[in-house]
Amino acid sequence: MSGFAKPLKIALGLAVIAALIVVPMNFNRYGLFILSQWAVMSIAAMGLNLTLGYAGQVSLAQGAFVGIGAYAAAIMTTHGWPLPAAILVAIVLSFAVGWVLGYPALRVQHHYLAFVTLAFSTLAFLVFRNESWLTGGIYGISNIPRPHIFGLATNRPLPFYYVCLGSLAIVSLAVWWLIRSPWGRAFMALRENPLRAQSLGVDTRRYTLMAFAIGSALGGVAGALYAPLTQYIDPVPFNLSLSLDLLMMVIVGGAGFYFGPFLGAMIAVLLPEWLRFTEGYYLMLYAVAVMLLLIWSPTGILGILDRYLAERRTKAASALRAVAKSRLETVQ
Amino acid sequence: MSAVLEVTDIKKSFGGIHAVNGVSFDVREGEILGLIGPNGCGKSTLFNCILGQLTPSGGEVKLDGQVVTGLRPSELNKLGVSRTFQLLQVFPKLSVRENLILAGQEHQGNMASRLVGRSDAGLTEAANQMIGFFKLDHLADEPAGGLSYGQQKLLDAAMAFMGGPRLVLLDEPAGGVNPSMLADLKERLVAINREKDATFVVIEHNMEFVMSLCSRVMVMAEGKVLAMGRPDEVRKNPAVIEAYLGH
Repeated sequence: MSGFAKPLKIALGLAVIAALIVVPMNFNRYGLFILSQWAVMSIAAMGLNLTLGYAGQVSLAQGAFVGIGAYAAAIMTTHGWPLPAAILVAIVLSFAVGWVLGYPALRVQHHYLAFVTLAFSTLAFLVFRNESWLTGGIYGISNIPRPHIFGLATNRPLPFYYVCLGSLAIVSLAVWWLIRSPWGRAFMALRENPLRAQSLGVDTRRYTLMAFAIGSALGGVAGALYAPLTQYIDPVPFNLSLSLDLLMMVIVGGAGFYFGPFLGAMIAVLLPEWLRFTEGYYLMLYAVAVMLLLIWSPTGILGILDRYLAERRTKAASALRAVAKSRLETVQ
Repeated sequence: MSAVLEVTDIKKSFGGIHAVNGVSFDVREGEILGLIGPNGCGKSTLFNCILGQLTPSGGEVKLDGQVVTGLRPSELNKLGVSRTFQLLQVFPKLSVRENLILAGQEHQGNMASRLVGRSDAGLTEAANQMIGFFKLDHLADEPAGGLSYGQQKLLDAAMAFMGGPRLVLLDEPAGGVNPSMLADLKERLVAINREKDATFVVIEHNMEFVMSLCSRVMVMAEGKVLAMGRPDEVRKNPAVIEAYLGH
């Protein structure tokens, strides 16, 4: 996005934030639910974007971490714990499990790693379904309370939407900080050339594990918000298809681009709703739209923008070179 | 002159093939040691064993008298041992400057300070100096993947010097680099060798480059050391002429 002037970028960002705060005030219950879901899925996709988009580690288990966070929050809040404490536990738990899941990535990569994480995803689903003493099995957990924030109840859709939006804002800032720190650069080094990274002192083992753990922890945060959003959870939403959905959000938005997950989640959550007027055809149209987009730009929506800006830069640079050359020739 | 690096009886086999078969040598403080030999004689495998990218089947590597055999490449790099690669090894999507910043960042602070501390801490300045030194100024903000082969070779070398290494192992730095750029590269290497007291080991096939750059030359053939000595001695050695230099 380096092609835009900085004040313009800031103005655009502020406008989007203001719109996200003001516009939904007129939304109905369902609209607010969808928008809250967008915020929650953006958080989970941002986590996967760190692991996959920046650090280059394929994971088909992000949905399982959303599940771990959701169950942690559901179990704790139905037993009287406040949501912030539950979010903290969800973070610690999914960070730790994500760290352990990172170990296979030290030995296998690419589609082999995808299969290892896929197996984990199935394992997590079986635990959610079969360990009924803890998770309620197929009956799930109902009556999940929504939190009081600074003494204010967030039972109604609009206040809870603001809880989700506020969480998204905090996570966005943290991720922004992370990818601009040397850690972000080391993650990209893992993706681009781990062999070279090692010989430059990058502890590839530790960074790989961290990429998995942090990405998974964000999945946990999303889950801990998902539980009070739906107020009822069972194992089904956290099966493999959620992991695949999240993977699609990251790829469609643009893997390795900061704003990719926001756009990807928007397409995955909102586009099917916008296409509802076509009634029976809406899922088919949605599938075709995603296919066409990826054929047009395999690097996702932000890949299109990136290509356009790179082209403009190259043109500007060659124009400058041409001017410099003609000056040189005139002098001679 | 004391030895920076002492290599004793290093062996590496792949199945039944003895790629490196009992190599011993030492590298003296401040020298530029050339390493030549026919293709497949084990030069790069020897480098990879010294640098921890491969685990040797036998033998010992000492850095400043300390045994470092079996350390990971990243740990060795933090002890001041750096390298360049025979094939292009840069981070293609990062800009030239970001490549260099990355090459230096792990030498400052610890994991925690790299996350929450000042994210720059003089790295950009150091990278800019290196860019100037290797005359890559006009390319500083270009993605490294878009550079020409020779320019990427220069960047690869520049990256190896970012952490202020004491010992640098260069694997065919001149391969595929055009003559004028090669003269530049040699001049840079000599300058860093003198000014920063960095010690080099250079694998190279370009004889003129090796003979004019190096203070000593080691010749390998079939996984073993064939000869070691001053360039003019090595050039006259009958065994070397037989195995490598030709008649």
